[in-house]
Amino acid sequence: MKPDSRLDLGRQGEQIAATYLERQGMTVIERNWRCRDGEIDILAEDGPHLVVVEVKTRSSRSHGTALESVRPAKLARLRMLATRWLATQPRTFETVRVDVVALERFAGDFALRHVRGVM
Amino acid sequence: MARTRSVALVGVAGRTVEVEADVGNGLTGIHLIGLPDTALSEARDRVRSAVVNSHYPWPDARITVSLFPASLPKRGSQFDLAIAVAILGAAGVVPAERIADPVFLGELGLDGRIRPVRGVLPSVLGAAQHGEVTAVVPSGNAAEASLVPELKVVPVGHLRELVEWLRKGEEPPQPEAAEPAQQPQPETAGEVDLAEVVGQPVARRALEVCAAGGHNLWMLGPPGTGKTMLAERLPTLLPRLDLDHSLEVTAIHSVAGTLTSNAPMLSRPPFVSPHHTATTAAIIGGGSTVVRPGAVSLAHRGVLFMDEAPEFARHVLDALRQPLESGRVTVSRAAGSVTFPARFMLVLAANPCPCARAEDQTERCTCTPTVRRRYLGRLSGPLLDRIDMKATVARSSRRELLADRQFVETSETVAERVLLARDRAAKRLAGTPWRLNAEIPSAVLHSDYRPPAAAMQPMTSCLDSGTLTARGLDRVVRVAWTLADLAGKDSPGQEETHTALGFWLGVK
Repeated sequence: MKPDSRLDLGRQGEQIAATYLERQGMTVIERNWRCRDGEIDILAEDGPHLVVVEVKTRSSRSHGTALESVRPAKLARLRMLATRWLATQPRTFETVRVDVVALERFAGDFALRHVRGVM
Repeated sequence: MARTRSVALVGVAGRTVEVEADVGNGLTGIHLIGLPDTALSEARDRVRSAVVNSHYPWPDARITVSLFPASLPKRGSQFDLAIAVAILGAAGVVPAERIADPVFLGELGLDGRIRPVRGVLPSVLGAAQHGEVTAVVPSGNAAEASLVPELKVVPVGHLRELVEWLRKGEEPPQPEAAEPAQQPQPETAGEVDLAEVVGQPVARRALEVCAAGGHNLWMLGPPGTGKTMLAERLPTLLPRLDLDHSLEVTAIHSVAGTLTSNAPMLSRPPFVSPHHTATTAAIIGGGSTVVRPGAVSLAHRGVLFMDEAPEFARHVLDALRQPLESGRVTVSRAAGSVTFPARFMLVLAANPCPCARAEDQTERCTCTPTVRRRYLGRLSGPLLDRIDMKATVARSSRRELLADRQFVETSETVAERVLLARDRAAKRLAGTPWRLNAEIPSAVLHSDYRPPAAAMQPMTSCLDSGTLTARGLDRVVRVAWTLADLAGKDSPGQEETHTALGFWLGVK
């Protein structure tokens, strides 16, 4: 697989995830926010909560499922990034939540799983 | 959520452990709780690979596996199978109600193969006590598990095989070889025979008495006189173990991991001969995480032979005192305190001094008196006080060897006499927990089994002169009873007590 096709897959997955979250009643605030320490795929607003979303897309299960490839260390970094983002914002939220959206491609279609509040 | 059962071993006793698996929301992963050790924590990876490689779906969710009671430390890999089955039950691959009752034991290979584990016999014995009836064990352990009566044993070789059985709910596959227990076992000491030890009539007699009554023996003599040969032939004089003793012995050896799969039941009394550099932990039992039985427990219902006894570390020898007295040994470690059975016959062999040329006409001993005294002094008084019989084994001349040839008897002949004597003792002791003269406690010995006053006469004079202690008196009386059993008498006479006293005083 060429590098750009891998990027395409990731972008496609993030687009699907953003649409899905909007349909779940959340408001996407920002996508692909970057700073020196890393990137947050999607920042969304769920009522009074700030939701930091990690999107993971896999083209097949041959290397394990998309969900299990998200490790606790990654989530800890997302939490840290969330405080960085909040520091740049004037507004506040009641709580901060970390969600994972895992996508797997089957025969051109995607299977989606959403795990709320993993941390 | 699914629940099943397995067994944890505490010493040689099995405790039922409940294994619960919960598949719930959260990040993918498997969490194992309930005091697991390293081998058990690694079960996570073994179980996952085994399930995936057997082509069953692995739940892509947070899996929590809990082992109850949580406070009991759990060791080793025998929980793999129960963990796998609980997870498959929670994931809906196998019906949860089918796995709730049986006990699952076994280690999983990465390909789903089910490997044999240590300690299956004591584990299923423990499970059977609490009323469970079905035990799923690795096929390699099936023969061992089927020794337990009234237990349904389901041998499995592969995870697929097990899951298919649980799904279909048919009658369990029966163990192929259900009767290895009755199968005659090759004589472990078949090649050696008492008839080969020529020139030591007194020591041979001592060995016979020792075998008949379960007494302890000390043989003192220069090298090359046959002390080791004699000791190695002691098991050939002993009768086979009864069924309940066999189970006890097999359970200990199962925990120690010394059983072979083709001969799962030990029906011959064990013979254990530790090297003289052995540590206290090797003799008594020990280990930092898992407490394993030592030589004294492996020799349970058999013979513990300590060759070159004075070369053993002094604290090792003195550690034998508790098991010699009580028939069991308690080992305390950080992981907990464990009691193992340890009722054995102790046979000590010793050279008279380090240069080992003492009392010989042609060669002169080069050891100083201090060295000689210190050498045998390592066998402490309290230990020797627990030895019923002492025999001096001297070098025999050519004429003695030739003359003794016509008196030697085969092990078979002597074993028959031993068996008859043991039967007489067992008949007399019927209704008591003891079977051998050596096991009778002192108080009972004096109240119920006191030899006639005339027979006690040689001992009273020895007691008066101080050469015999109170404990020594008990030992002499026990040996006298065994001698009476061997002679077919109803109670020991003066001849028997004289001989017993001679054996007690044997080594000067």
